Amino acid sequence: MSVDTGLDKKPGTRSNSAKQAMPQQVTIRNRARVSRTVKYVLLVLFLIVVLMPVYVLIVTSLKPPQDVNPATSWGLPVRWPWEPAFEGGPSGFDNWALAWNALSASIGRTFLLAIPAALIASFLGAMNGFVLARWRFPYADVVFTFILFGMFIPYQAIMTPLVQMKTSLGLPSDVSTLLIVHVIYGLPICTLIFRNYYAGIPHELMEASRMDGAGMLRTFGSIVLPLSLPGFVVTIIWQFTSAWNDFLFALFLSNQNEGPVSLALNNLAQGAQLANYGAAMAGALLASLPTLIVYIVLGKYFIGGLMSGSVKS
Amino acid sequence: MKKGYKNWGPPLLLVAPTIVIIGIFVYGLIGANISVSLSNRNSLLPATEFVGLDNYFALFAEERFIHSLQNLGVFTVFFIGGTMIFGFLWAWMLDKGVTAEGVFRSVFLFPMAISFVASGVVWRWLLNSAEGDRASGLNRIFEIMGLDFLQNAWWSEPGWGMAAIALPAIWQLAGYVMALFLSGFRGIPEELREAARMDGATEWKLYRYVIFPQLSPVALSALIIVGHMSLKVFDLIMAITKSIYQTEVPATYLWVALTANDYAKSATIATILLLFVAVVIVPYLIYTARAEKRQR
Amino acid sequence: MRKPLSIIAGAVALGLVLAGCSTTPSSDPDNANQVEVFTWWASGSEKVGLDALVKVFEEQNPDAEFINASVAGGAGSNAKAALASRLEANNPPDTFQAHAGAELTDYINAGQLQDLSSFFQENGLTDVFPESLIERITVDGAIYSVPSNIHRANVVWANTQVLTDAGIDPMTAPADIDAWLVDLKKLKDAGVETPLALGTEWTQMQLFENVLIADLGAEDYSGLWTGDTAWDSAGVETAIAHYGELLEYTNSDFAGLDWDAATQIVLDGNAAYNVMGDWAESAFQQAGWTYDNEYTTWATPGTDGVFDFLADSFTLSVGAPHEAAAIDWLTTISSAEGQKAFNLAKGSIPARTDTVASDYPAYQQTAIKSFGEDTVVSSLAHGAAASIAWSGDISSAIGKFGADRDAASLLDGLVAAADKAQG
Repeated sequence: MSVDTGLDKKPGTRSNSAKQAMPQQVTIRNRARVSRTVKYVLLVLFLIVVLMPVYVLIVTSLKPPQDVNPATSWGLPVRWPWEPAFEGGPSGFDNWALAWNALSASIGRTFLLAIPAALIASFLGAMNGFVLARWRFPYADVVFTFILFGMFIPYQAIMTPLVQMKTSLGLPSDVSTLLIVHVIYGLPICTLIFRNYYAGIPHELMEASRMDGAGMLRTFGSIVLPLSLPGFVVTIIWQFTSAWNDFLFALFLSNQNEGPVSLALNNLAQGAQLANYGAAMAGALLASLPTLIVYIVLGKYFIGGLMSGSVKS
Repeated sequence: MKKGYKNWGPPLLLVAPTIVIIGIFVYGLIGANISVSLSNRNSLLPATEFVGLDNYFALFAEERFIHSLQNLGVFTVFFIGGTMIFGFLWAWMLDKGVTAEGVFRSVFLFPMAISFVASGVVWRWLLNSAEGDRASGLNRIFEIMGLDFLQNAWWSEPGWGMAAIALPAIWQLAGYVMALFLSGFRGIPEELREAARMDGATEWKLYRYVIFPQLSPVALSALIIVGHMSLKVFDLIMAITKSIYQTEVPATYLWVALTANDYAKSATIATILLLFVAVVIVPYLIYTARAEKRQR
Repeated sequence: MRKPLSIIAGAVALGLVLAGCSTTPSSDPDNANQVEVFTWWASGSEKVGLDALVKVFEEQNPDAEFINASVAGGAGSNAKAALASRLEANNPPDTFQAHAGAELTDYINAGQLQDLSSFFQENGLTDVFPESLIERITVDGAIYSVPSNIHRANVVWANTQVLTDAGIDPMTAPADIDAWLVDLKKLKDAGVETPLALGTEWTQMQLFENVLIADLGAEDYSGLWTGDTAWDSAGVETAIAHYGELLEYTNSDFAGLDWDAATQIVLDGNAAYNVMGDWAESAFQQAGWTYDNEYTTWATPGTDGVFDFLADSFTLSVGAPHEAAAIDWLTTISSAEGQKAFNLAKGSIPARTDTVASDYPAYQQTAIKSFGEDTVVSSLAHGAAASIAWSGDISSAIGKFGADRDAASLLDGLVAAADKAQG
């Protein structure tokens, strides 16, 4: 089963005979052209609207604090980002320097959290999904529902007992504890994604493997796993993002010195006194960069992975 | 297929760790939470007695809690509506094949990558409710574009204000719904569409009888995921408004109770949130389990 | 397969490098020289103040290692939530920041704070801190926290230019709220749309408490918290009416504004007054303004002769992993050098009475004078007068009033909050 990202399909190709133009069809095609132009205009408008907040983020991050004023939030910077607003004062670039200083260490720690969390949860989810979808056992669906429900709980509901558990086990307040927590609470969604994905594996493949006398693990390792790339892409993207952006678990289970970037960004952006909006916006951009890159680079595989049967039900 | 211990032992063993982990960390902790909600632990002192469902009755009698439920309702309606409509619209427009489709797709999808904490930083500004001279954010751009009549108090508006908070949420998640619908559209075999067209179906009939039915599982799963996120919304509201009366929802009220060390109250609110989620999720889970059993 | 693997390996390596570059230590129970200090002073002038304090601490205790466990956000609410879970799980920080006064009741009742009365005796603090302050931080004969600084919450910050333009003398304060309302109307008629700048819920609560003090007087106001004054009394009703009238002169977007954005409205000349605690001083300093020149301050009309106090203070947790070092920390913050360094940076005034007023800028000198002479009352909005739960209930009622202006409902809410807290 080759990796079908589903994007090579050319929708709506007509057969040759239909290409012969007849008068009604010319009008139809003109109408189609008009509607296509309208569609493009709409799409571009939506594009602009979706990008507006990013514009504000970028533009504000390049203004020195003295130029930052909510009333002129839409205006481009009045001076170059390396120029200070007054002699000896901070410049736009200083916002970024400040944000970098505040966030760089935590960004590093968050890589160490999000990457293993994504990989481990994905792998466990794949094993679970395989067992629940193809190599089944009695009451497998009950087990699946049992696991799936964990995805929907409000995490506030388990926060206090969770903190208590952490302390009684003597777990540290750094990203290693968060790693464990994110793997645990990422299991349901990864299991869901893989189960639906594996539900698309033809039965014949499984039968053939069983005929050959392969056991469960051998089947999983040599037949199923190699076909799993689209599923992995979806789960890794999802888990990475969720571990990277999480705030609630980080707030309760760690602190700003040992925790992920969401806490550091919160401290940068939410300080009670005389906030430096430019630095806060630079920080927001910095903190979002890794996940943004993941989405931009892997976005099409994400959709392809979804298409190969993953998150449909 | 041979039935017997030898056959289902290994798979059960493989999934057993997950079962145990989920059992403890989801069901066990929920149980702990429920037991606190049935106690009288309203401060840092340990609970002294079980009060049964008193906390629940007391909460529903509170005007403040009802108000938070109303806010949640308004937010949910707009959030779900907005993401489903725009997600579908964008997927529908992009499905037919558009030049630079990749660009549009990436742009619509990327806000999902941003955390609520980060997006709150900018949306606080955008949703500022000052109008006229002191307008900033969206109100200011309305003024610049000559659309003065669109200026409004956003989330400060009593009653419908929560719809304004739904805006950043829609901004972040409509792309995800678009991705789901796009994969749904692309999953419809071309032959099906061709066949329908050959039968003389108009575009509208094609959509109504072929495409929509094929999309309904996707739509349902999108609805469930967006719906349950809406019930849990917390980060976004804290980032934009912090916890204040106008934008209070159960999740932020829970938070306020926790900072006041009222463990019983926060546990009660948490359980109620869980019940809401369960009411939506459990029928869906049962329905899909049955649907699959039928298919099998 | 190779390319994704190398990308992942690269990212992990990057992560290790970035993480390793930071040298902030973490709390190690076996290292007796560490002290973990938990605050919400993570940025701005608060952080500057904390840094100044740490510097003095390290000078006075060269072997000690300061571990900063600060959590920003929500005027301490994020910190309080995180703190609550840590205390619950028996993993307390060595010392944590809290507002002196009623805010500590929850922790005291749960037995999580150590009694510092002997510490006070040993360091002579009972002599050097003013009587009224000691009175307010003593609970059942014991003292549970060491104040580092005193703030005043009944101050009006006024833009002199805006006032002079409207024909009002900025240097004379109106006699009471009614007189102030007259001035506010004058300003509005002169074209100042929103003469009184206001911000989010806690600043609203602060404005309301100022009106309560003005309309009830210091003694009856203090009675509200002990149960001596009833909340459904005439004085409170007048205060609610006055507060409603004052709201008519505020900016419409107050619900979402942080305090500094509200103060900025005054700095921008779009408002004449802002009722704010004296941390606002740093905003005016940063704008380069001079006291009594571009801006001035006076006690909120009707509260002249009253010092509405709040104090940041530090506690000693029961079960603190590094108790000796924590006590050293408490010694530093109560020492003359420590208090001076901290307060100069933060814009507040020291709790010690042996302060040399001339060390401090113009505004602080007025505050020091007032603290020494005037009647001291406890601030509601800043944890001195009411417990966390009580002030949270009041805050919600005030927030609701800001949205619907329903005076009867506000009164009911206040009465209910008091009944719940005192019942």
